Amino acid sequence: MIITKQKSLSDIIETTTGYKNIFITGCGSCATLCKSGGEEEVAQMEKDLEAKGFHITGSAVIDEACHVLLTKRAYREHSSKIKKSDAILVMACGAGVQASRLAIDIPAIPALDTLFLGNTMRFGVFEQYCSMCGDCVLAITDGICPVTRCPKGLLNGPCGGVDNDGMCEVDRSCKCAWIEIYEALKKRGQVDRIKDIIPPKDHSKGSHPSSLDLKERKGNAE
Amino acid sequence: MLNKDFIITAELQPPKGPDVEGFLTKARLLKTEVDALNVTDNQRAIVRLCSLAGCAMLIKEGITPVFQITCRDRNRLAIKSDLLGAHALGIRNVLAITGDDISTGDNKGAKQVFDIDSIQLISIIAGLNRGATAGGATLSGHTDFHIGGALNPFAKPEELTMLRFEKKIWAGARFFQTQAVYDTTAFKGFMKKVKDKDVKIIAGILVLKSAQMAHFLNENLPGVYVPDTLIKELETSDDPKEKGLEIAARSIRSLKGIAHGAHIMAMGMEEKIPKILEMI
Repeated sequence: MIITKQKSLSDIIETTTGYKNIFITGCGSCATLCKSGGEEEVAQMEKDLEAKGFHITGSAVIDEACHVLLTKRAYREHSSKIKKSDAILVMACGAGVQASRLAIDIPAIPALDTLFLGNTMRFGVFEQYCSMCGDCVLAITDGICPVTRCPKGLLNGPCGGVDNDGMCEVDRSCKCAWIEIYEALKKRGQVDRIKDIIPPKDHSKGSHPSSLDLKERKGNAE
Repeated sequence: MLNKDFIITAELQPPKGPDVEGFLTKARLLKTEVDALNVTDNQRAIVRLCSLAGCAMLIKEGITPVFQITCRDRNRLAIKSDLLGAHALGIRNVLAITGDDISTGDNKGAKQVFDIDSIQLISIIAGLNRGATAGGATLSGHTDFHIGGALNPFAKPEELTMLRFEKKIWAGARFFQTQAVYDTTAFKGFMKKVKDKDVKIIAGILVLKSAQMAHFLNENLPGVYVPDTLIKELETSDDPKEKGLEIAARSIRSLKGIAHGAHIMAMGMEEKIPKILEMI
């Protein structure tokens, strides 16, 4: 899931100044679960902005705000309200903001900051385990990602900043990813897996803007 | 530098500004005292004059530098380019290290690079020595770097420490400068374990200034252990700074015949290094 966090109201107002009539778009997927852009947060934002003198033309919580076709359809359904809007405040991730911009030529303003691809640990608690680097090494590291879990993304073992309890000096509450990897491999009798030098990452695989077309992929496989 | 029976190196930090007088004064003072001077690379992620320029200035002074290079601030392209430049300027000794996390420094919002890690960096330098870049291209010649790595002999778990040490040797490291060593008996044990490795191990000597500093190191520097006897000596001394110099000299003396050299980290008190060496 894409983890997002609402910007401060003052930041939102600052970026929205100059626009009077605002349509608000929320997201029924990630931003709902992050409590940053679901039904509740959209309703609260309407109240907050109206209290600051903005006119809210309408709102919609789209099932997946990053889905350009779904967003287009939602905007068609709300076309009379959208037409009266100077800008759309999007309470979704950066992909959602840009889906709005791709769906209709009206300024799209982000109400959220997009933080990371997160695992849900329990309700309302998210942690980052994958950085979407495009060059997965989890097969070597017993399913623990050094690219993400090590603040330096080191590929060949820990740096000198592991304390005597195996914790990371960057955040003493976090165990060093490489100590975790070592302990896991040790338990399985597979420490040999990390004996070879892992070469530098191929960052071209994670370069942006990236795209994936399943039809093209199928074609290549054939 | 690596041909000496007992190598003496010391760490010199470049200035936090354009005024190089203090840096050069200290360097000149140490010229005849040490075999080489390490020039640090924005250590603790705090902006200082660059290590490359610091090394070039030392060469002008007739001093052998050890060019410290971290993986934090540059990608592989910039590092290789800097290394070729360093070689052209006469720099031959390179210490490849990971680098402190950007959050410890004065540019916390900066993007930290870590395009490569210290072991990959060692491989890259070894590649330049063979006339190749990691990109597969051939250079118009080859470099002649003496490649060094950092080593924390007492970092836990031991198996992982040894694995990284061996990876560095395999990648091409030929000398190691270690984390601070105070327990010379334990260090002797470590050296016995690695005696079949064909590398030079230069033991780190971090000069103590007070008992508080010793306690701080024990609590905060992984793998560093200042024995109680040394802490007591500092506590009961009328002049702990002087005592620290004496302890450093004594450590170096007892490391002769065990380590291949000593690397003195005086933390700003570099002008005291001649005195330490006099006391050995």
